[in-house]
Amino acid sequence: MADISLTQLQPLDAVRSAGYWQNVGARLVRDKTAMAAAAVLLLLVLAAIFAPLVAPLDPLDGRLTNRLKPIGTEGHLLGTDELGRDMLSRLIWGGRLSLLMGVTPVVLAFIIGSAVGIIAGYAGGWTNTIIMRTIDVFYAFPSVLLAVALSGALGAGLGNALLSLTVVFIPPIARVAESVTTRLRSSDFIEAARASGADALTIVRVHVLGNVLGPIFVYATSLIAVSMILASGLSFLGLGVRPPSPEWGLMLNTLRTAIYVQPWVAALPGAMIFMVSISFNMLSDGLRSAMEVRQ
Amino acid sequence: MFGYTLRRIIYTAPVLLGVAVVCFALVHISPGDPLISILPADASVDLQNRLRVLYGFDRSYPEQFILWLGRALQGDLGTSIATGRPVTTEVMRAVANTLMLAAVATFIGFVLGCFFGFVAGYFSNSPLDKAASAAAVFGVSVPHYWLGMVLVIIFSAQLGWLPAAGAGPGGSSQWKFDMVHLSYMVLPALTMSVIPMGIIARTVRALVAEILAQEFVIGLRARGLSEFGVFLHVVKNAAPTALAVMGVQLGYLLGGSILIETVFSWPGTGMLLNSAIFQRDLPLLQGTILVLALFFVVLNLAVDVLQSALDPRIKR
Repeated sequence: MADISLTQLQPLDAVRSAGYWQNVGARLVRDKTAMAAAAVLLLLVLAAIFAPLVAPLDPLDGRLTNRLKPIGTEGHLLGTDELGRDMLSRLIWGGRLSLLMGVTPVVLAFIIGSAVGIIAGYAGGWTNTIIMRTIDVFYAFPSVLLAVALSGALGAGLGNALLSLTVVFIPPIARVAESVTTRLRSSDFIEAARASGADALTIVRVHVLGNVLGPIFVYATSLIAVSMILASGLSFLGLGVRPPSPEWGLMLNTLRTAIYVQPWVAALPGAMIFMVSISFNMLSDGLRSAMEVRQ
Repeated sequence: MFGYTLRRIIYTAPVLLGVAVVCFALVHISPGDPLISILPADASVDLQNRLRVLYGFDRSYPEQFILWLGRALQGDLGTSIATGRPVTTEVMRAVANTLMLAAVATFIGFVLGCFFGFVAGYFSNSPLDKAASAAAVFGVSVPHYWLGMVLVIIFSAQLGWLPAAGAGPGGSSQWKFDMVHLSYMVLPALTMSVIPMGIIARTVRALVAEILAQEFVIGLRARGLSEFGVFLHVVKNAAPTALAVMGVQLGYLLGGSILIETVFSWPGTGMLLNSAIFQRDLPLLQGTILVLALFFVVLNLAVDVLQSALDPRIKR
């Protein structure tokens, strides 16, 4: 056995295994539910972006003589609203504000929340205690209540609604980031990096971020589902977008009076919110199992 | 057990203080003079200053906070600007209505959620599991205010079986436990129950699948216990967590009922908040939110303590 040839011991760099993200991507593509959800979302986002090209009519232009036409009317595929505006065009245009209002708070909270959570988790000690106890206070409010309370106090408007929702989503994201960072901090490879002289910023950038962002990303996609419902809910209460801008929650609110005349036209904007919300939930479930992230 | 309860209560105190700070701050992040909605448009500077002193707005924030907290601890949450009645009275009446609705909704959600969760967990990866899991995803994804509207469209506007809004005939807010009043509760309670249903179904499914995979279940089966006997063991193991989730959900519904109450004109805290916001009645807004948050914190505390009492494996 002494003459083991050196060729057998050479590194097998020719068959490098696929990277982690490649594996995740491959698993995700095989997940039919997640792919269907992604396709629906992509379609809605594209329709919203290219609204001027896609929408058949002006979303703000309506004639009162033409109001509350049923679904399937000639020239108005999905009927008209209480002011005679084309529903299909308003739903397509409404995607712009609704998707913006649903996604923006989660993106902002993702950035701020992960930063806060990583700082708390990596610093530990008093910094951690102060940050996390402050976050606990926000957990004392059910999310709907906090969103309504903040935007109610700040006053109606798109900016205030976005601000309130961002505040609502920072604590849960910070909590996930903190728990993952705390668990990482005592692991051997971080210890090794610290021993070999890496400073805190380098360790966070190179070692912590890569491990923390994955779980938070999955969590954040499921938060977008909640955010869509809450954001449109604020508009539904009259705390978000102001009329006549097309936005699904606001449309649902103004069409409430029409449920005895054209019930199914009145229900359409809510169906859009539902479709986006359930798609984000299914995509998040798919991502979670593809990344094998455990909650 | 006693030590844990005590520790948990001590941990809650700073959170309660924080809640009070947030509620206090709500009035002060609000743009404009807090007196604007009670002052007449042509109020003299002298009157403005007198009122400012009267309401304590001339003092520093910490001073104002301590004065406000002191009164709140004695049950005085100020006076509603819109109605002139004490905020505490208004809030408590509304809380009773919301609590009733939320409790019924949580109960329905718990029963349905456990049913779907058990079915899905027992027959995991079967078509039944897929259907039950779909119901759970539906529950967490559907905008509940829209579901409420759809139910009104079907059962009130189209079929005419159930009333669409209010808590009693003729818009009365006097609740009675009779068939007429209960019929007003069916749609809002069903709508509201969808949220806890989805979350409880998800939790129970995961719990049941996990318990069934444990060795003691194989042991029980090996000793010849009937399937029903095994089922009872699974229930016993899943109960503490499922009940805890139910408790937390009740708290969420108490605070999260505003949208559903608006759809159904249910005379609870949601309606109260809604009118407080649009009449710029800041003391009422502040008081309602403080009471709801207190309920939520205390409920979570009770759930934690009860759960550790029910399940000795939990040691925190």
